Amino acid sequence: MGHVLREGLQQVVNGLSMGSVYALIALGYTMVYGIVKLINFAHGDVMMIGAYVGWLATSRLHMSFVPALLLAMASCALLGVIIERIAYKPLRNATRVAALITAIGVSLFLEYGNMLVASAQVRSYPPVLPSVSYKVGGVYLQYGAIVIFATTIILMILLTLTVRYTKIGKAMRAASFDKDAALMMGVNVNSTISATFAIGSALAAAAGVLYGAYYNTIDPLMGIIPGLKAFIAAVLGGIGIIPGAVVGGLVLGLTESAVSALGASTWRDAVAFLILILVLILKPSGLFGKNVREKV
Amino acid sequence: MKVLNKKNLVILLAVLVVYGGVQAAIAARLIPPFYSVNLMLICVYVILATSLNLINGVTGQFSIGHAGFMAIGAYLSAIVSVKLHGPLGAAILAGGIVSAAVGFLVGLPTLRLKGDYLAITTLGVGQIVQVVFFNTNYVGGAAGFTVPRTVNWTWAFWLTVISVVIIHNFTNSTHGRACISVRENEIAAEAMGINSTKYKVMAFTLGSFLGGLAGGLYANYMYLIQPTTFSFLTSFNILVMVVLGGLGSMTGSIVGAVVMTVLSAYLSQFPEWRMVLTALLLIVVMLFRPSGLLGTKEFNLGFLGKKGESRAA
Amino acid sequence: MLLKLEHLSKSFGGLKAVADLNIEIGQGELVGLIGPNGAGKTTVFNLLTGVYEPSEGKMIFAGKDVGGLRPYQVTHRGIARTFQNIRLFGDLSVIDNVKIAFHQHAKYSAFSAILRLPSFFRSEDEMESKALALLEVFHLRGRAGEVAKNLPYGEQRRLEIARAMATEPRLLLLDEPAAGMNPQETRGLMELIRWLRDNFQLTILLIEHDMSLVMGVCERIYVLDYGMIIASGTPEEIRTDPKVIEAYLGEEAI
Repeated sequence: MGHVLREGLQQVVNGLSMGSVYALIALGYTMVYGIVKLINFAHGDVMMIGAYVGWLATSRLHMSFVPALLLAMASCALLGVIIERIAYKPLRNATRVAALITAIGVSLFLEYGNMLVASAQVRSYPPVLPSVSYKVGGVYLQYGAIVIFATTIILMILLTLTVRYTKIGKAMRAASFDKDAALMMGVNVNSTISATFAIGSALAAAAGVLYGAYYNTIDPLMGIIPGLKAFIAAVLGGIGIIPGAVVGGLVLGLTESAVSALGASTWRDAVAFLILILVLILKPSGLFGKNVREKV
Repeated sequence: MKVLNKKNLVILLAVLVVYGGVQAAIAARLIPPFYSVNLMLICVYVILATSLNLINGVTGQFSIGHAGFMAIGAYLSAIVSVKLHGPLGAAILAGGIVSAAVGFLVGLPTLRLKGDYLAITTLGVGQIVQVVFFNTNYVGGAAGFTVPRTVNWTWAFWLTVISVVIIHNFTNSTHGRACISVRENEIAAEAMGINSTKYKVMAFTLGSFLGGLAGGLYANYMYLIQPTTFSFLTSFNILVMVVLGGLGSMTGSIVGAVVMTVLSAYLSQFPEWRMVLTALLLIVVMLFRPSGLLGTKEFNLGFLGKKGESRAA
Repeated sequence: MLLKLEHLSKSFGGLKAVADLNIEIGQGELVGLIGPNGAGKTTVFNLLTGVYEPSEGKMIFAGKDVGGLRPYQVTHRGIARTFQNIRLFGDLSVIDNVKIAFHQHAKYSAFSAILRLPSFFRSEDEMESKALALLEVFHLRGRAGEVAKNLPYGEQRRLEIARAMATEPRLLLLDEPAAGMNPQETRGLMELIRWLRDNFQLTILLIEHDMSLVMGVCERIYVLDYGMIIASGTPEEIRTDPKVIEAYLGEEAI
């Protein structure tokens, strides 16, 4: 009995670590969708680029964890802004399908572009986090798992404070509510959207570095599945809602580790997508969202 | 007979010439294996692209999981031909029918979703299909399923022609116009008495059926099918063909399928470059010519002097 | 009675857009529904055509309740509409716009279409000639092959009515048909509306802002304000009703 319980708790820890990665990526998805109504397909790949920057910083430049994390976040913030300016901004008034196709194009470009630059080879992160484990009540808490979880919570709180109390946060909320009205009220919508992409991409980069540091291996296609899962998390929590993205990410991570614990780890992806489909059919506004209707 | 007008006779003649020419070249052993594989792939992708165009272009929905239906067709036809020793025709048809059934069941609840939500859902369905075959040992699991080659040029070519004719005839009818009206303005379409759900599901089911047929052709030609063959990269590839040709244009999809297949064949030594170029092409086309090569227009044979049937869009 | 609305209400959240509406329209009548901006006129149309579901009350059309039906089902029962902000199939040809509205009367299945059976050609020919005849009525025959969005504004409005007529309705709902038209076009439209009613055994309910059109063409008028009927009667009675004048004060000269 005690063994089963310990095993269960161990899976909870695993689930929360993976779920934190999903949550960090989902935050960017949800913010970007909230403001430009675009599923930024390339978001998972920004996370991948973040992981590579972190890898370069730690293995080649021998930086320690925190500076590497900050460097990755800063570079990806810039990358996010550039992507938005070049690929998405000209299509802001085009059909959503056109923007979505472009996002798919950007995603493929980042994946295979990086394959050209860094090769398709799997790279391993240097041990930037001490591989210590704490035994708490029979459950092994790895140092890395604690760092991932703590970083996610800290970043989420920072983001919530930013959105709620700063000027740029107010501009974001105004622009996501009604872009034209915000524009007339003197909000610089373009720079607000840029800021949204910058913040979202920085969070994805953080997720990438944490992923690399905790799971050790990275490759150019590593962003696809976590990216899609993060989107599921964002939808699950109610797209556009910041705490929803975090809760959605953690719930998804826990569900996946439960599926693995039941010995069906190869079915994990199917379960995640099944959750997505069920949410979209039963409550498309997500756990925390409100329903809206088209005006005739 | 209205079917036998001048325009259709010219097309029929052209089709027979292409078929006969290639068939003669094959018989005379003039076509090296590299080219015959790619001829076959062109057929498979023409069916996939035109059937996805029916869903995404004609009806205005947005599926990015077409490879999932190709997979269902491929695996089902392989089961019929390998495990049940059924004839090739029955195998391919069975693949199409099961694929259509899945398309119908998936489409019914999900086609209520709009644009990008529908997109991600279809992507999810494609992933689920892949995971199911991955975990099914009866069809070889991750290692894949070995299928003897029974498809030849005659099968591939005529199945492609039949598929294209089905799509063309459906699109150019009151039912096709109903689908187009849903794309143009769903609220107005409903107000004009069009059951938009019915036509979305109809287009999705027909598209899935044809996607399944293409999968059947593929499976019975390529010797081996694996779940990873039908990943979302394959779905994206089909999407690129449709988008480059012009969403809504059947002839555009055909051109897109041919061009992209040939391009992939020649760039197969440099897969990364191929993908980077595809990605850039996709972005550039969306930025500068979002309607694709042909927009919703069709190549037509106006020069024959006779007024053709009204265009698809 | 062709149409009978009984205690019809619609709330959005806490807001009552339409409250306790009672309207009766007889076969062959030409009735106007007027009211200031935001009075709930278009909401009434959206309720009638199944875009919204009523919160309370009944809508009886030709003896049957049409509440809760989907929009296309309402159209099949014989109610057709136009939209305030024109909703044509802009990228399609004029004739295809009309043919789409004939869809429910098409006499072949998708299967016959794919196999190009004789029923396909028969029914397509019939739809083609019916569509051309209808366009003739609306003076649009010469435009049949043009793309709808390229028509001048007035013709787009006419095409929208033609398209609604192609569904072969018993009740036609016109949502501000004269919006954006010049006086001359409006006069032409008035004649067209009367002519339609007389020649197609049609019943017409129209929402309008242009008072000259409403007063000139309608036999009976309902006035809506804040979601409620505040007056009804002949144009003469409405013109002099103090409540109507008050509702419209500063909004429109009557």
